[in-house]
Amino acid sequence: MDQIITAVVAVVGVPLVLLGYIIGGEKVMERLPDRLQGWARPYFWALPAVGFATIFMVYPMVRTVIISFRNNDDTEWIGLANYKYFFTFPDTLTALRNSVAWLVFYTFFAVFLGLIIAILVDRVRYESLAKIAIFLPVPISAVAASIIWKFMFDYQPPGTTQTGTLNAVLATFGRDPVAWLITGPFVNNAALIFVGIWTAVGFCMVIISASLKAISSEVLEAARIDGATELQIVRLVVTPLLWPTITVVGTTMLINALKTFDIVYVMTNGAYDTDVIATRMFSQLQSSHFGRAAAVGVVLFIAIVPLLIVNIRRFQQQEEQR
Amino acid sequence: MSAEVTTRRESAVERGATALDNLGYRLQRLPLHLVIIIICAIWIVPTVGMVINSFRGLQDMSQSGWWTTLFPPHGFTLESYRQVLAIEGVAPSILYSVLITIPATVIQLTIATMGAYAFAWMRFPGRNLFFIVIVGLMVVPIQMTLIPVLQIFKFLHINGTIMAVWLAHSGYGLPFEVFLLRNYLGGLPREIFESAEVDGAGHSTRFLRIAVPMTIPAIASLTIFVFLGIWNDLLVALTFLGVSAYRPFTVVITGLVTSFGGGWQFLTAAAVLQMALPLAVFIFLQRYFVRGITSGSVKG
Repeated sequence: MDQIITAVVAVVGVPLVLLGYIIGGEKVMERLPDRLQGWARPYFWALPAVGFATIFMVYPMVRTVIISFRNNDDTEWIGLANYKYFFTFPDTLTALRNSVAWLVFYTFFAVFLGLIIAILVDRVRYESLAKIAIFLPVPISAVAASIIWKFMFDYQPPGTTQTGTLNAVLATFGRDPVAWLITGPFVNNAALIFVGIWTAVGFCMVIISASLKAISSEVLEAARIDGATELQIVRLVVTPLLWPTITVVGTTMLINALKTFDIVYVMTNGAYDTDVIATRMFSQLQSSHFGRAAAVGVVLFIAIVPLLIVNIRRFQQQEEQR
Repeated sequence: MSAEVTTRRESAVERGATALDNLGYRLQRLPLHLVIIIICAIWIVPTVGMVINSFRGLQDMSQSGWWTTLFPPHGFTLESYRQVLAIEGVAPSILYSVLITIPATVIQLTIATMGAYAFAWMRFPGRNLFFIVIVGLMVVPIQMTLIPVLQIFKFLHINGTIMAVWLAHSGYGLPFEVFLLRNYLGGLPREIFESAEVDGAGHSTRFLRIAVPMTIPAIASLTIFVFLGIWNDLLVALTFLGVSAYRPFTVVITGLVTSFGGGWQFLTAAAVLQMALPLAVFIFLQRYFVRGITSGSVKG
C-alpha cells in the first residue's frame, strides 16, 4: 500500500516539482542582471537532464574503470589482474567466443532477413498484414520470448511423444530429436542466436521498409524499361539506395548483439557453454567479484567504442544538413 | 507494392491481356506468396503455440504438443493461470511492475523534455560538446554503470527499493529521450518562438505554452516506447531488485523458469500475462508504437 502511495506521489509530484523549478527559477533569474541571466539560464534549464546523466552514467563509467583496476574490496590497486583473469580464464574466453558469434550471425541475419522481407512484402497486397506477423515478436519481452522458445526447443527422449514443436517436426520426418539447448557448442548457441534474430527481424524490416517506400518508383521503372530483371533491380538498384539505412540498422544490431543478456540468462543461464559477455559480467557481479565484473564491463564498453564513434560522426553529418 | 502491381496490370491490359495471360502472371507470383506465407508462419507459430498451450491442462502439456488441441477434444482450461497466480509473490509482482513502470516513465520524460528544450532553443558555451556526449551515452552498455550505481544506492540507503529503480531507469533512458525530443523540438518553426519572445513571453511560457503542446505527438510515441522498455526490462530490475521484496514480474518469472528444472509448463500462463500488455499496446496503438521504435534510428 505504501508503495502505491509513493508511486502516485511520484507520478504527480515529479512533474509538479519540475514545474515549480521552471517557474520559480525563471522568477529568480528575471531579477538577475541581463548578462548573468543570459549566461545562467541555459545551464539552469539543462541541469536536471545533464545532472541525471552525469550521476547515473558519466560518473559510474569513470568509477567502473577505476574499480576494474582494484581488488574486490576496493582497497588496493592490483593493476591488470582483473583483465588478465578475463582474457585467460576458459569460461570467459567461451563467453567472448559466443559474443563474437552473436555479433556476426545475429547482426547479419537480422539485417539480411529484415531487408529481404521488406523487399518481398513490398510486392504483395497483404503487405501490412504480413508486416504485423513479422513485427509481432518485437514488443514481446525477452523473458516471454524465452518461454515461447523453450516450448519450441522442448526435448523428450527418442521413442516418446515429442511435445516441442521443432522435435515433433523432426519426428514426422523420421529423424531423431535434438536436445537444442544442451547440445553444444554449436547447436545451442545457434538456437539462442536464432531466438535473438526472431525478436529483431521485425525491427529491421520496419525501418528498412520505411526507406524502401521513399525510393521513387521512377527509378525502378527506368531500370525495368532498360530490361533489368527483378533480381538485378534488387541487387543493383534497391540495395545500394538502401545502404545508408542498412548501416544504421546494422550498427543498432551490433550494439544489441554485444549487450545480449536476457535471452541467454533466461533460457540457459549460460549453462552448456552458452555464456556471453553480459551474462558473464552479471554472474561476477552476483558473486561480488566487483573488480572482475567491472573489467568485463570495460571490455564490453571498449568493444562498443567504434560504434559510438560511428554514431557521433553520423550525428555531426546530420547536424550539418539541418 | 500495390502501385507497382497496378502498373504491371495496366501494361498487361494494354497488350490486350487474355485470361490466360492473367493466369500465367499469377502462377509466376506463386513462389513469392509461398515464401512470404512460410516466413510469416515461422514468425507467428511459436507465439500462437505457446498461447494455446497456456490454456491446456498441465498433464496435456507434458504429454502432447499444443497442436493436438486444435482437434477435439480441445480440453481448454485455466489451470495454468490459476496455478501460476497462486504462487507466492506472482500476483504482487505484477503490481510492482506497474508501480515501477509508470513513475519511471513519467520522471524521465518530464526531465528529458525540459533538457531537450534547452538544447534545442538556447545557445550556451559547451552546448555542442554536451550534446555529443549525450549522443555517445545513448549506446554505452549499462553494464558499464551497474556497480557504481549500486554503490550510490547503498550510500543513500535506497538499495532494493522501487524508488532506486525509478532513478536508475531515468538515468539510463534520458540520453536517448533528450536526443529524440531535442531533434523534434529543434524542427519546430523558429518564427513561433521568435514572435512569442517579441510579445514578451519568457522561456517558461514559451516552453509550457508552445514547446510542450507542439511536442505531444513525439512525447506520446516516446511514452509508449519507454513504458514498454521498462515493463519488459530484466537486467536493471535483476540488478537493483534481484533479492528485494519488490521484484517485478519479469524477475519473478525468470526466477521461476530457472528454479523449475522440469514441470515449468504452467509458466506459459505467466508469459502470456506478461506479454499481454505489450501486445495490446502494439495492436491498438500500432502507429504510435512503430513510430516510437523507428524514430530513433532513421534520420532523427
